[in-house]
Amino acid sequence: MSTQTPDTESEAQTGDDSPQARRLEAKDARAEAREAKEAEADAAAAADQETVHLKVFRYDPEIEGKQEPRFDDFHVPYEKGMTVLDALIHARDTYDSSLTFRHSCRQAVCGSDALFVNGNQLLGCQKQLDELDQPVRIEPLPHAEVVKDLVVDMEHFYDQMHAVDPYFDPDETPDDELEEQRQSRENREQVKMSTRCIWCSACMSSCNIAAGDNQYLGPAAINKAYRFYFDEREGEQKQQERLEIIEEEHGVWRCQTQFSCTNVCPKDIPLTEHIQELKREAVKSNLKFW
Amino acid sequence: MYEHDVIVVGGGGAGLRAAIAAHEEGADAAIVTKLHPVRSHTGAAEGGINAALREGDSWESHAYDTMKGADYLADAPAVETFAKTAPEETIQLEHWGMPFSREDDGRVSQRPFGGLSFPRTTYAGAETGHHMLHTMYEQVVKRGITVYDEWYVTQLAVTDEDDPNDRTCHGVVAWDIRTGEITGFRARNGVVLATGGLGQAYDHTTNAVANTGDGVAMAYRAGVPMEDMEMIQFHPTTLPSTGVLISEGVRGEGGILYNADGERFMFEYGYATNDGELASRDVVSRAELTEINAGRGIEDEYVHLDMRHLGDERITDRLENILHLARDFEGVDGKEEPMPVKPGQHYAMGGIEVNEHGKTCIDGLYAAGECACVSLHGANRLGGNALPELIVFGARAGRHAAGTDLGEAKIQVGPDPDAERADIDVPLGEPGTVTETDAATDGGSTDPTAIVEATVEAENERIDTLLENEDGINHADVRSDLQQTMTENVNVFRTEPALRQALDDIQEARERYQDVAVADKSRTYNTDLQHTIETRNLLDVAEAITVGALVRNEFRGAHWRQEFQERRDDEWLKHTLVSWNDGDPEIWYRDSILESEEKSYEPKERSY
Repeated sequence: MSTQTPDTESEAQTGDDSPQARRLEAKDARAEAREAKEAEADAAAAADQETVHLKVFRYDPEIEGKQEPRFDDFHVPYEKGMTVLDALIHARDTYDSSLTFRHSCRQAVCGSDALFVNGNQLLGCQKQLDELDQPVRIEPLPHAEVVKDLVVDMEHFYDQMHAVDPYFDPDETPDDELEEQRQSRENREQVKMSTRCIWCSACMSSCNIAAGDNQYLGPAAINKAYRFYFDEREGEQKQQERLEIIEEEHGVWRCQTQFSCTNVCPKDIPLTEHIQELKREAVKSNLKFW
Repeated sequence: MYEHDVIVVGGGGAGLRAAIAAHEEGADAAIVTKLHPVRSHTGAAEGGINAALREGDSWESHAYDTMKGADYLADAPAVETFAKTAPEETIQLEHWGMPFSREDDGRVSQRPFGGLSFPRTTYAGAETGHHMLHTMYEQVVKRGITVYDEWYVTQLAVTDEDDPNDRTCHGVVAWDIRTGEITGFRARNGVVLATGGLGQAYDHTTNAVANTGDGVAMAYRAGVPMEDMEMIQFHPTTLPSTGVLISEGVRGEGGILYNADGERFMFEYGYATNDGELASRDVVSRAELTEINAGRGIEDEYVHLDMRHLGDERITDRLENILHLARDFEGVDGKEEPMPVKPGQHYAMGGIEVNEHGKTCIDGLYAAGECACVSLHGANRLGGNALPELIVFGARAGRHAAGTDLGEAKIQVGPDPDAERADIDVPLGEPGTVTETDAATDGGSTDPTAIVEATVEAENERIDTLLENEDGINHADVRSDLQQTMTENVNVFRTEPALRQALDDIQEARERYQDVAVADKSRTYNTDLQHTIETRNLLDVAEAITVGALVRNEFRGAHWRQEFQERRDDEWLKHTLVSWNDGDPEIWYRDSILESEEKSYEPKERSY
């Protein structure tokens, strides 16, 4: 691989063998070796190795040349099984360490890497490159403020999630600290899909209504309300409070059942259905009072 | 500067539980985390939470299994505190709404797990950690606990007395990833480190990219010993291409391991003639690699984990998440074909030395969860024991940090001048970081605010230096070399020449790190800078793992040495400790505690 070996060069120097001088020389040698490596990689890419062409959105409010959004091209050597996230990591670690995106678990559970890829919201780690047309166009999630490159501001999403009392709130729990509340298997089954949400915000980004109405709670938050509303361990009073939250002006009634949220959800949560079920609950509850 | 009673560093299971506990004691608690809490890697835990809840089970049995699983390197006061408290902490999660899997009568289900003498693993599908994490985050929201998310803590603000046992922690320095602002966080009562794993020291790991051992490295350089770092668990069932974890729950439900010849090797080659696939993780990992090395692996790389015989209904009900993982990350349909699996780095049993209250030797500094070593897991952690550790010791650390008296601790912590020291002939610790800010800083002051401010100044200097360096080495190259040598040389099977090779490579990586430069000069969301700082932390923890593995001349639990293939209780019923010693690391030992007031844990042969 590398064409330079730092050791032979530094040994040849006998004049100054201070640690500092040796380090500097080794550093130069390594820089050359690195350049050689990069040239080699480029050559391989140009020759026969299969590569994937990425077009990646770039923006940095602080850096000249990036203040105006642009797309950068990366040609990444392809390996079978490679995901969008793998390709981004390769591009960053090999070609441009300033390429910025969120990621952590690499297994579709942390919800960090929701991106807009070839016009669809998806998790970068969950999408195989061979399922995508090239060039693969990678952008930050639409309808959110871009912080830098592929990183968007999540605060609005978190605010909406927090607005629905997103926590279990029973009337009482057993006095005995070793005694659990009972929950039927059927009831757990009913809320199961709703509990799978990983807060990636792909649904919110895909929703036309949320794009036009910044106060709309959005699919993820309404799903969170669903998760607790239908949990039989909570009391009626709290159920009623939950209905009042989701029934308000920017709640469930805004949904126009376009199913875009359901289509993009990486955890296959039937979000649109959950919203409709809550609409029905709201109607039933209002009929009771009238 | 921000100020709170208790500062919790990290927003995973241990951090969230610590913050809730501190809050319930009346303290003003805040969480500072480099990820948003719901992004934490607790969410990736699949299998379950061990707790002795049912008739026929007992805390004594759980403690016994844990000590045996630990290969008698755990400390009895930690193990017993854990086994006694796990039931109430688990039910506490249920009271907070966690969607556990249920029995017909509506009670929470339990299933068998490796190394357990009773089916005591509670679970929520094969995504128990996800539900635990979200349930606790919800409770943090409910209580209005302050969360500083995407703030990266880079240094602890600790006084600089000569003896670490005399030092005090007054807070932390954190860096707002979004804006680049560097700020002090003063903790009036205490700092709880809950930074999780260090799996990024390896290149085949189930750990997240964020698991870079930050808390361990920061505590170490502040003077807290690292304990039993050589004890790294390699999980036997990870997907070969990515390291994604396939839960032990698959084997708990009846999944079977086969070699290339279709043999059920766990039984047929006598690795574990009683428990088979459900033997302890270290046993199964070694069995798999032995099969592969003997030419009975598939593509010389992996073995098969088959769950097809469980039937579609049971798979969907209890292991559905596994189907998604196998499909998305390996292209395999677990209902139609066996899943390829091989061992991968999974968990660090060792970490920041703490007592059973979660306290380190530095006043005001605590640690809980995977970053800590209390020592519960000893030489090998049992499946299903990590999640309850988070809540049991997270809660205790949070309470103690808030000022609650938990009585006198039985586990001793901190450097001990009379301790037995290891004689080691390899250079360690140097070169350190790119600026001279490692040692605890106070400039002679004892005023807590001044100490935090001085640390902020030092961190500003370090970060400026990293950003100002031009045309240096990309940290990713250093990290990649480090990960490769660790996977190659400090893996399941360890030999002296390989361990020495790894130490040489780490030394070289340290040299190269001196010339590291951050190419991205922006202050906005600079992940280049963040990863560069993380890489420094990985160097320190990787070195401790390797030197611990080199000095421990025996085979115990997860630690196997070619030259010493026997457990040597006469000499090695003791913990390995590494102290930073202001840049001149020392290796020393402290006996493990196998006696409590109630019980005695006599080391026995560990067979499954």
